Amino acid sequence: MAEVTYIQAITDALREELIRDPDVFLLGEDIGQYGGAFRVTKDFLEEFGPQRIMDTPLSESAIIGVACGAAMAGMRPVAEMQFMDFITTGFNQVVNVCAKMHYRSGFKVPMVIRGPSGGRVNGGPFHSQNPEAWFVRTPGLKVVAPSTPYDAKGLLKAAIRDNNPVLYFEHKYLYRRIKEELPEGDFIVPIGKGEIKRSGKDATVITYAAMVHLALEVADDLSKEGVEIEVVDLRSLLPYDKDLILDSVRRCNRVLLLHEDTLTGGLAGEWAALIAEHAFEYLDAPIKRVASVDTPVPYAPVLEDFFLPNKEKITKALRDLLEY
Amino acid sequence: MRVNVIMPQLGESVAEGTILKWHKKVGDVIAKDEDILEVSTDKVDSEIPATAAGILVEILAADGVTIQVGKTIAVIETDVTEAQSAEKIKPLLIIGEPAPPLKETAPVVAYGAPESGVITVSRPHEAKAPSQTDARRFYSPLVRKIAADQGITDLELDRITGSGTDGRVTKGDLESYLAKRQIPAPSAVKVPTPIPVSTATPLIAGQGEEIVPMDVMRRKIAEHMVRSSHTAVHVTSVSEVDLKNVVIFRERHKAAFEAREGFKLTYTPIIIEAVVKALKEFPYVNSSVDGDNVILKHYINIGMAVALENGLIVPVIKGADGMNLLALCRAVNDLSTRARARKLNPDEVHGSTFSITNPGVFGNLFGSPIINQPNVAILGIGAIIKRPVVLEGDAIAVRPMMYVSLSYDHRIIDGALGGKFLQRVAHYLENFDPEISI
Repeated sequence: MAEVTYIQAITDALREELIRDPDVFLLGEDIGQYGGAFRVTKDFLEEFGPQRIMDTPLSESAIIGVACGAAMAGMRPVAEMQFMDFITTGFNQVVNVCAKMHYRSGFKVPMVIRGPSGGRVNGGPFHSQNPEAWFVRTPGLKVVAPSTPYDAKGLLKAAIRDNNPVLYFEHKYLYRRIKEELPEGDFIVPIGKGEIKRSGKDATVITYAAMVHLALEVADDLSKEGVEIEVVDLRSLLPYDKDLILDSVRRCNRVLLLHEDTLTGGLAGEWAALIAEHAFEYLDAPIKRVASVDTPVPYAPVLEDFFLPNKEKITKALRDLLEY
Repeated sequence: MRVNVIMPQLGESVAEGTILKWHKKVGDVIAKDEDILEVSTDKVDSEIPATAAGILVEILAADGVTIQVGKTIAVIETDVTEAQSAEKIKPLLIIGEPAPPLKETAPVVAYGAPESGVITVSRPHEAKAPSQTDARRFYSPLVRKIAADQGITDLELDRITGSGTDGRVTKGDLESYLAKRQIPAPSAVKVPTPIPVSTATPLIAGQGEEIVPMDVMRRKIAEHMVRSSHTAVHVTSVSEVDLKNVVIFRERHKAAFEAREGFKLTYTPIIIEAVVKALKEFPYVNSSVDGDNVILKHYINIGMAVALENGLIVPVIKGADGMNLLALCRAVNDLSTRARARKLNPDEVHGSTFSITNPGVFGNLFGSPIINQPNVAILGIGAIIKRPVVLEGDAIAVRPMMYVSLSYDHRIIDGALGGKFLQRVAHYLENFDPEISI
C-alpha cells in the first residue's frame, strides 16, 4: 500500500464515488479544464466528461442553488468552493434553501459543498478562514472537518451518500503535509462520530481538523514528562459526538477545548456548555479554551503566527490545567 | 480576621432570641467555645459559645435586646495585634449613659427600635464589607463528588493537604489520601455506619455460606435502626390490657362495617385513638430532641409500621388528633394497603411524632421495639389472647388480653412518665365504650 496524502484521499473519494454512482456529479469554478485551484479534480474532465465535471461561472450563490435543485431532482451533486471563505456569497442558498428544504417541502437534498478552509499558509483574510461555526448553528445541515487522509476519504464518501446537505471543510494546510496508508476498497467514516486520536488520562483536548496534529505534537512532548494527554478528534461538527466528549471529560477530569476558528462564538463555547451541563461533577479544573484571536486572519506571517493557536499556547494552557 | 458572632438558631421554630446577659465586654480576650453570653428564647435559655478565639471588638446588641436569628450580635477579631489597636475597639453606645470617647469616626450599630433603649447609628465605612468573613477552601466539582461518594466529611476534606494552585486539593491529592485512609477518620458527631459502603477486599463466601447483598430498603432499615439505637436511650415498659369492651364493639359492628366500607374493622384504629388521647395528656411523649432542646409537637402524626415481604415501612397518619374513629379506620386501611402495594408517596412516610408497631400479628405476646427517629417513644401491640384473669372480688373470668409495650427515650422520658403514659393508653382501651356507633 502506498501512502496517500490528505488531498489525494479527497481526489480518490470523489473519483470512486463518481464511478460507483452515476447520479454523482461535480460542479465548481475551474474544476474541469484547470483541474481545480488545488488540483483536487485534475484530469477528471477527460475521465468523466463535461456533463459530470461542470465548470461554473464565478457565483457561489448559483453553484449552491444549482446543486440544491439538482439534488431535489434526484442527483448527488458535489459543489466545490474554491476557498470556503467564498461560501458567504452563497450563504442564503445554504442556510435558507438547502438547510430548510426538507423541513419545508419533504425533498431529500443529497448534496455536498466542499472546499479548502483554514490558515497557517499566509493566505490573508479571504483565503484562510474557518467559517464552520456559521453553519454548525443552522439546523438542517451536517458539517464535517477531517484531520487525516483516512477520515478525509471516509467522511467525503459518507457525505456524498448522505441524503442531507453536508458541508465538508477540508484543511488546506494539511493537503500535502499529512500522509498515511489507506486500506484497499470502499470504506466510510460515519458522520457524527468522533475518534480518540491519542489516549490519555491527565487531561483531554477536544479539537478537530489541523489542530488535531498540533495537539498530538504537544501531547507527545508532555508525555516525556510523564503526563498523558488525550486527544479527541471530533471529525463531525454537526451533529457532533457528545457522548465521546463527555466520556473523555469524565475520565480525564481536565479539558482543553481547541479550535483554529476565532474564540468568540466559536464551537468551543458550545462544547463548554455541554460539559458544564452534563459533566460538571467530573471537572477538577475550569474548562479552558485555546482558539484564534478575535481579529480577521492577518496577512503578515508574524501576525498570523500570533493569531493562530500554536504549540506554545496549547502547552501553556495544558500546563495551567494540570497545575490547577 | 473579623469573625461575626450571630444569633444562633435555638430550636427549629425559634425565630429570635433575647440577650439575657453578656459575660464579656468589649476588649476582653476570649477563647474559642468559651461562653460569652446568655440568650433566652420563648422555650429555653442558652449559653452561647464563641465561634472563634480572639478579642471581642464589638458588641452590637445590648442586654435585653431581642435579635432575629442569623443577625450579627458581636464581632471577634482573631488577629490579636489588629484588635489591640485601640480605634478598632468600639464600645456600645447606649442612650442615658455617658457616651464613651470614640476615636476617629467609629459609630456603632445596635439592633432594636430606639424605644428599647439603644440608638441606631449607621456605620458608613462598613457598608460594603461582607457580613461573613468565612474563607472556606474551594473544592472542584469533581473533588466534591468523590468526597461525597466516599463519605468524606467537610471537616475531613479540610484536613487534606492540597498540591494544586494555592493549596487546592486536586483529584490526585484526594486519591492518594483515600489510598492511605484505612478507616473513616474519627469525627465527634459521626454516627457509626452499619454497613460499609464498599470494602477494599471483596467478600468471599465461606464453605456452606451464601452472600446476599442488602437491597436499598434493607440498607435503609439497618442504617435507621443503628442510628436510633445510638441516638436514643431505649427503655421498655410493658402493660396488660383487658380488651373485653373493644372486642364486644368489634364483634357487634364488623359484618356491617365491612359490607359498608369494603374493608375489615380492625383493632389498630381503636388503639391509635387511645394513643392519641393519651398523647394529648403527655405532650413530652409527642416530641423530639434537638441537641439540648426538646421540641414539643402541638400536632399528632402517628407512624404505623407495616411489614412487607422483605422489609418494613412506616406510613404516617397525619393529623391523627383531628380524626374520629371512622376516619382513623379509613386512614389505616388506605395507608397499609398502599404500603403493601408499595404505592406510598414519599411524604407519607415522613413526619411522624409517635409510632406504633404490631408484633402481635405474628402471634407474639409483646416486643421491645426500637424507636422510630426522631420520635421519642414507640408502642408495641402484642397478640390478643384469651386468658383466665382474676377480677375484682377474686372472681376468675376468661378475657381477651393484650400486652402493650412502650419503648421510650430515657434522655427525656423517665420511667414515671413512660409508665403513666402507657397506663393511660391501657385505661382508654379498657374503658372503651362498646355502645358507640361507627
